[in-house]
Amino acid sequence: MSSRLLIAGGTVVDPANGVHASCDVLVLDGEIVEVAAPGHGAGSGVDLLDATGCLVVPGLIDMHVHLREPGYEYKETIETGSRAAAVGGFTAVACMANTNPVNDSAAVTETIIEKARAANLVRVYPIGAVTMGLQGEQLAEIGEMRRAGIVAVSDDGQPIMSGELMRRALEYAGMFGIPVIAHEEDRGIACGGVMHEGAVSLRLGLKGVPSAAETVMVARDIALAEQTGGRVHIAHVSAAGSVELIRSAKARGIAVTGEASPHHFTLTDAAVDGYNTNAKMNPPLRCESDVAAVRAGIRDGTLDVIASDHAPHHRDEKDVEFDAALNGIVGLETALPLALRLIAEADIPIDTLIRAMSTNPARILGVPGGSLSVGAPADIAIIDPKRRWRVDPAVFASKSRNTPFGGWEMEGQAVATIVGGRVVHRATISGRRRKSA
Amino acid sequence: MTFRHLLGLEGMSCEEILYLLDTAASFREISEREIKKVPTLRGKTVVGVFYEASTRTRVSFEIAAKRMSADFVSLSASTSSVTKGETLLDTARNLAAMRPDGIILRHPSSGAPHFLAQRVECPIINAGDGAHEHPTQALLDLLTIRERRGSLDDLKVAIVGDILHSRVARSNLHALRALGAEVRLIGPPTLLPRALREWAAVTSDLAEGVRGVDVIMTLRIQRERQGANYFPSLDEYSRYFCLNQAAVRLAKPDVLIMHPGPINRGIEIASDVADGPYSVIMDQVTNGVALRMAVLYLLVSGAQQEASEAQPVAHAPRLRRRAG
Repeated sequence: MSSRLLIAGGTVVDPANGVHASCDVLVLDGEIVEVAAPGHGAGSGVDLLDATGCLVVPGLIDMHVHLREPGYEYKETIETGSRAAAVGGFTAVACMANTNPVNDSAAVTETIIEKARAANLVRVYPIGAVTMGLQGEQLAEIGEMRRAGIVAVSDDGQPIMSGELMRRALEYAGMFGIPVIAHEEDRGIACGGVMHEGAVSLRLGLKGVPSAAETVMVARDIALAEQTGGRVHIAHVSAAGSVELIRSAKARGIAVTGEASPHHFTLTDAAVDGYNTNAKMNPPLRCESDVAAVRAGIRDGTLDVIASDHAPHHRDEKDVEFDAALNGIVGLETALPLALRLIAEADIPIDTLIRAMSTNPARILGVPGGSLSVGAPADIAIIDPKRRWRVDPAVFASKSRNTPFGGWEMEGQAVATIVGGRVVHRATISGRRRKSA
Repeated sequence: MTFRHLLGLEGMSCEEILYLLDTAASFREISEREIKKVPTLRGKTVVGVFYEASTRTRVSFEIAAKRMSADFVSLSASTSSVTKGETLLDTARNLAAMRPDGIILRHPSSGAPHFLAQRVECPIINAGDGAHEHPTQALLDLLTIRERRGSLDDLKVAIVGDILHSRVARSNLHALRALGAEVRLIGPPTLLPRALREWAAVTSDLAEGVRGVDVIMTLRIQRERQGANYFPSLDEYSRYFCLNQAAVRLAKPDVLIMHPGPINRGIEIASDVADGPYSVIMDQVTNGVALRMAVLYLLVSGAQQEASEAQPVAHAPRLRRRAG
């Protein structure tokens, strides 16, 4: 028995195909079979999804999340993280390797894939560790993990301090055509800092991390990518200097891509005031000029990707003195509305945002999705750009609530998330603008 | 509106600071009596929680509490459940459950008193948090200056030493700026972050910094900074930043020399300066008791709440709004 789904009445934004127009999308057996001007009758045996007033976009892909399983199931599981992703409009996520045990072997990779299959919500792509145990000493079995299904390697959370090892990683990962995702932090310069070094850290008496801790490593890895021909993806860019380095490297044709996290284009270090541990992350929130630079980087494509760096932590790990609090915030359920704010606040077109949240992550990781091409899997997000809602961490699908955005008034939200033609998330109708029939 | 906690001096107005100093001045006489005790805080319990070593501040608070007839209990991290892994929040909640009338907290993490103030129903007095603030120290410094000079108007103050890590420097900076004083910060560039320039004049030239000032505050150099490459050696540090007679002569003739203690003689301050005629270091210690009596009186006695309920505006400065 075949299943047919018609998404009608919406505006299709599909940067991969250069489409931004009123179109209906017809899905048959989990594949997109037609994207055409509206006017389809909903024939018999077709499920109709009314997308009037909504954007119909390729399913969002968050290439930087921490799902915490195995090992830290009290923070998040693959199932709860997948549900949070679906709520946020994401049809796929790539999960970092800093689990316990670390995803540095095919066995752990297989476990993650198995759990994701059981959760049966969004596509979950494991990212393997670059080094055994994230210790920065010896390469993990990247080839074995690749066979098991990893899409990239990263020691995210830990910088790779050895330049020699980073060089080998770039060369070796190239054999499998996968990127090395770099967490850029010179631990010597960061020197145990807990927030951005500047006027706020000075006033609060908190140890600062200067921007140079990031930029020197970005410069190193760009040089190594140039040297080796390897492909490096710079995770969660926080500093203006890093954006500029990536911009000039791209101009020289070096295989580097960059990523921005919503908190880095939304908040400054002022959010730490009052010792707010939900404003503690690594890299830290920086200053106004850095926020402006990250936004400019998204606007001109220097930063190819918007990714949430979803980092769930238990309440007890944040409800402590600032120095003792763990780094990171949950992001899957707030990434899209925060990105949508950039349309008005930073003059960034919706097409650029969808490219950064779907098309480019698919390209960088070499995974399906990222477009609404005919024949592609029907991974689709339907976004109501006018839907107003207030962030209430208590109702997050994620297991954790560590967010600095609680209580924020948002405009725009995913109202339906479709993976392989199957609706995995549907927003409650309350608050939705509906045309009376 | 009443003030409930003393977390820091940032944001405090000139009037609020002067009100605190006036209150402290009125308590000074008690310590000169033969029977050094008044019944003001009888029946009140004050708990001192010290997560960092402290002699002066701890004893000063304890004497202040006892001269006011409060019951004073103190615990230090090394002898408490902290060594068994209890969190700060759990420790504080347990203490608060015993219904003290005030908690005095010293903690190595900046913001720890703010963290507690938002979570326990009890006045919190910051006795030094990380590199953030040490409000009672700065207030007793000002009390000492005012006592000696007669006023806090038109002050020029030089602060010499490890500004980066000093909570004493931060609290003094906030208070001195509120009072309209001219402040100069002196130290090696490694201990003088660039962002300080938004607050005060900075220099690495001791002679230039102290020229013509009314007050020189010297700060303790932590010996462990030597290993962290903020300067090559204590010897070299002292060659450039030790306050000696030659430097003192560049200041005003009636300059006051201060130090929050404990002193490293010959490193940040020469012995003959610390013990010399311009030194008010022992006055600082004496005034510390009066100042802390005033703070306990205002926060712990309940007098302030009653006064403000009767007269919502006239009395009682706001130190920190009640959290939450």
